[in-house]
Amino acid sequence: MDVIYNIFAILEKAIVDGLTPGLGAEAALAVMAFIKIFMVANVGLIMVMVFIYMERRVLGRFQVRLGPNRVGPEGILQPLADAVKIMIKEDIIPKAADRLIFNMAPIMAFVPIMLVFAVIPFGVGVAGGQTYYMTVANLDIGILYVLAVTSLGEIAVFMAGWSSNNKFALFGAMRAAAQLVSYEIPLVLAVVGVVIVTGSLSLVKIVEAQAVPFIFMQPLGFVIFITAVSAELNRTPFDLLEAESELVTGYHIEYSGMKFGMFYLAEYLAAFAFSAVISTLFLGGWMGPVLPSYVWLLLKALFVFFLFIWVRATLPRVRIDQVMALAWKFLLPLALINIGITAVEALLWPTFPWFLAPVNIGIGVLVTWALAAAFRKVWEPRWKPGQFAPTPAGG
Amino acid sequence: MYGLGILKGMAVTLRHLFKKPITVEYPEEQVPRAARFRGYEFVWYEERCTGCASCAKFCPLGIIRIETSPEQDPGVGGKYKLEKFDIDTGRCMFCALCVEACPYDALFMGSTFERGSYSRAGLVVHKEDLNKGVKKPSVYYRPHLEAAGYHSEKELSAKEVGRW
Repeated sequence: MDVIYNIFAILEKAIVDGLTPGLGAEAALAVMAFIKIFMVANVGLIMVMVFIYMERRVLGRFQVRLGPNRVGPEGILQPLADAVKIMIKEDIIPKAADRLIFNMAPIMAFVPIMLVFAVIPFGVGVAGGQTYYMTVANLDIGILYVLAVTSLGEIAVFMAGWSSNNKFALFGAMRAAAQLVSYEIPLVLAVVGVVIVTGSLSLVKIVEAQAVPFIFMQPLGFVIFITAVSAELNRTPFDLLEAESELVTGYHIEYSGMKFGMFYLAEYLAAFAFSAVISTLFLGGWMGPVLPSYVWLLLKALFVFFLFIWVRATLPRVRIDQVMALAWKFLLPLALINIGITAVEALLWPTFPWFLAPVNIGIGVLVTWALAAAFRKVWEPRWKPGQFAPTPAGG
Repeated sequence: MYGLGILKGMAVTLRHLFKKPITVEYPEEQVPRAARFRGYEFVWYEERCTGCASCAKFCPLGIIRIETSPEQDPGVGGKYKLEKFDIDTGRCMFCALCVEACPYDALFMGSTFERGSYSRAGLVVHKEDLNKGVKKPSVYYRPHLEAAGYHSEKELSAKEVGRW
């Protein structure tokens, strides 16, 4: 059993120790880094297929139908069939498109998301008395790196929308620019709470600090983060920059073939990346009983993605002004209040004992309720329940 | 309480997750059809048909083609020999007036719907096709079959299908 738990650590130690006499320590580590990058990139792409398959099947069951089940046993080869289809499709570039930017945008969408996987700790193992973390780069500023790199994806969205020379693509891109920039702020501020509790920006340290998963220590932060992430991922309550029914898929309307495939891939890769980041920040990352650490992280990521699918199956799309109002008038104050509460707690109980978990859940519910009431009564006073249009002043 | 509506909605979708999917996986299984289903592939019994061509006369589109030849004088209660009995189902609108017109319980609506073809000519049902076809008639306009509780589940012979 010990071997299974530590298999990757043992392999890493064996490879590094085996190569060091021949190549020197630094070259051995470089080779190891390449092997890790290869493995992580492949895990990412395989998980994309798992996610696409899971989304279609689970969404199908939510809608009381079966979902794809024809290609291979129970339809598990459906993502492969889709990939083959997308690769043999004709690649169309509009005549009026800005060709260079048009061709660069899919790559721009794909690469930053791939970079996120460099810092995600997939697990931990012990070999020869030494602890090995299953991450390509154990950065001290891991979470900052994740936030910085994922923000680049929105440039790709705007490049695609603008270069297509299509009004719907441009609408989608404008909405994307507004929405993604707005949601970046509560996203970052929600992470600050976690960072205060942990005292470190390193994802490895954040996981190791979670004797009690931070979903209990930072319930408010979790809710803000998961809401902001679903806006960042353009998933359904906030998918109005794709908006099939009004923008006919928005910024990638003019893309076909493998270029569209890259956007599709990047979308699900981002879903996996953020699911893994949420698991790392709030659900205890690789930690868990019985199963090996790397299995736990993937299971938690799948669970988070299930939450996203569940929300997608339930909630309708909101309007652009509602999206903006939610980000600036609701999530941003909530995130600031969360930081304040966490900071006070950090001064009073620097070790963050377990009893803060129920306290924080209570405070979270109370603050959310109060802010929601204020949102209705103060910021949106014209809009009363049961009333269909705002009445003019004095009317 | 704010946010309760969202939780309520989430609970509804979660309940649906555990329901049995209503999908009927078509090639393997089929949606159950009504007994009076007016399906494709007419069921026709040559033994019962006298060649009176009532069906052809009643067809509003004139798509039933019957050619007969008397071997000898059929006489009272006799029948003509049928050379041709073709139905051009490509133009058929399944009004079932032919079935209603048949005085000898020889022509029935079918209970199936799988007779796709790549050409117009393939849609013409010939006498040979009708003889070879699955004899599972629909009970449309055949109250004696309906009264017997028949639901197109088994093939019926020319003896079993008529009133006499």
